Amino acid sequence: METILEVSGLGKNFGGFTALSEVSLAVASGERLGLIGPNGSGKTTLINCISGALFNDAGSIRFNGQEVSRKSAHERTRLGIARSFQIPRPFGSMTVLENLMVPFAYVCGISGKRARSEAREILGHMGLAEKADTQSNQLSQVELRKMELARAMAARPKLLVSDEAMAGLAGAEVDEVLKILFELNAQGITIIMIEHIMQAVMSFSQRVVCLDAGSIIADGTPEVVVKNPQVQRAYLGH
Amino acid sequence: MKFWIPALAITLGLVGLAFSDINEYLFFAGFVVLQFVVLASAWNILGGYAGYVNFGVPAFVAVGSYTALVLFKALGAPLLVQILGGALVSGVLGLCVGLLTLRLRGIFFSIATVAVIFILETVVLNWRYVGGATGVQIARPEVSFGFETYTRMLFAVMAVLSLVAVSISRYLQYSHIGQGLRALRDSEEAAECSGVPTLRLKVIACVVSGALLGAGGAPMPMYLSFIEPASSFNLSYAVSALAMPIIGGIGHWAGPVIGALLLGSLQQYVTVEISSELNVLVVGVLLVVFVVIAPDGILGWVKAWKRFSK
Repeated sequence: METILEVSGLGKNFGGFTALSEVSLAVASGERLGLIGPNGSGKTTLINCISGALFNDAGSIRFNGQEVSRKSAHERTRLGIARSFQIPRPFGSMTVLENLMVPFAYVCGISGKRARSEAREILGHMGLAEKADTQSNQLSQVELRKMELARAMAARPKLLVSDEAMAGLAGAEVDEVLKILFELNAQGITIIMIEHIMQAVMSFSQRVVCLDAGSIIADGTPEVVVKNPQVQRAYLGH
Repeated sequence: MKFWIPALAITLGLVGLAFSDINEYLFFAGFVVLQFVVLASAWNILGGYAGYVNFGVPAFVAVGSYTALVLFKALGAPLLVQILGGALVSGVLGLCVGLLTLRLRGIFFSIATVAVIFILETVVLNWRYVGGATGVQIARPEVSFGFETYTRMLFAVMAVLSLVAVSISRYLQYSHIGQGLRALRDSEEAAECSGVPTLRLKVIACVVSGALLGAGGAPMPMYLSFIEPASSFNLSYAVSALAMPIIGGIGHWAGPVIGALLLGSLQQYVTVEISSELNVLVVGVLLVVFVVIAPDGILGWVKAWKRFSK
C-alpha cells in the first residue's frame, strides 16, 4: 500500500530533555494506527511535530512524498494533515457552525451559504446538527470532542491525528466517538489515534505503535504489541 | 449601505460644522474626541479582534507626531503628507511589534509594548533636531481648503480620519482577516490547525493598528503649535485607547466608537467644568465599574437586552 506519512530519524529536545529520539514510522494510506505509551513517553510531542505545532530538531517528516518538517502548521493543514487536541480548543466566542467556517475559509477557500450547508452536513454526521448555533464554550465534553473532529474534517484532511479524543468520556460516548472515527476512515481518511483506553485502541487499530521514553519499543498488530514484554513492563503494568 | 450612508452623512456634517460660526472651543475639544475615535478603533483591531493588548499606544502616537514634525521642519510638508508619513512610520513600528508576537503572548506581549514607549521616548529626549526634552515651537502655515482657522481645519481632518479608521476597522471585522483574528484570539494552536496563517494575520493587525495610531497622532504638532516628549509619550493615551473599547464593547467596530464618544466627551466636560486632573480619574473609575458590572461593555448590554426582550 502507498505510504502517506513517513517519519524517519525524528528527534526533539526540550533543553536537556530528550523527548523523542530516532523515531521512525511509516503510515500507509487509509491505515488505522494506534499510538500508545505511558504518560510523558512522547506521544503528543510526536504528533505536535507531525502537525507542525513544534518543529523537530532532527530527522525528516514526509507527507505524500513531500518534506514538510520545515513547514508551518497552517501549511501542513492545507496539505491535508488535521488534528484534534487532547484538551479541546474550541473557538469559544463562536458558535459550533462558525468554528467550522474557519477551516472552510482558510483551507478550502469557501464561505457563505455553501460553506454553511457543508458545515451542517459534517455536523449531521457527527450528531451535532442541533448544536450548530450553540456557542461552542457551552458544549459538554463529548460534544466538544465531536466538534474538534468536525472542525478537523472541515479542512478536508487526508490524515487525521486524534489526540485522546475519548479521554474523560463515559462508555457509551467512547463508542459514539469510535463509530465516528470508523466512518471517517471508511471515507478513505488515514487515522492516527492516540489513546489510553485500551479497549478502544484494540478494536480500532489495524496496527499499534508503542512509545516509551521517546523511542518506539514495539510496532505490530494490536494482539502482538500487547503481548510484547517490553510494552507490558513500560505501559500495561502486568 | 446601512453603514456608509449614515457614516458619510455624519462625516460631511462634521466637516460642514467646521465652516459654521459656532464657538472655536468646540472644535478644539471636538478634535480630541474624534482623535480618540481613531485611536480606540485602531487599538481595537489588535487588542479587540486579535486579543493582543497593546499598552504601547503612546509610542505609536508619538511616532506619528514626531514624524509629522520632522516632515514639516525638514521639507515644509503639508498636513496630509504629515499624516501619511506618520501612518507609514508608525506602521513600520507596528511591523516590528508584530514580530514580537512570534514569541510573546498575553501579558508578556503587553509588557514588551510598554518597553517600546520608554525606548522611543529616550531616543526623542536625546534628539536635538526635534527639540529634545524641551520640545519645539511651531509656526502654523496658512490655513487651506477655505477654513476660517487652523483648529477648524484640524477638526474636519480628524473627522475624515475617524471615518477612515472606523471603515478600515469595520472592514477587517467582517472580512476573512477578522474571522481569522477571532479564531487566533480564542486559540492560536487551533487556528493554525484550521489553516489560519496566525503570524501573518497578527502582523497585518499590528501594522494596520500601528499605522492608524500614527495617523491619529500626526496632527498633534499642528494642533498644539508645540510638541514635547512628556505629553507626546503620555501614558494616558494608553489608558484611554484601552478603556474606550472596553467600555464600548471589545471586538466589534462600534464598541470603540461608542466608548470614545462617551468617554472623550465626558473627559472634555470634566476638564473644563471641574479639573484637568480629575479627567484621568474619570477614565479609571469608569474602567473599573465596567470591568466589574459589564465586562462586555455597552454593546454587551445591548446584546443581553435584545436576547432578554425576545
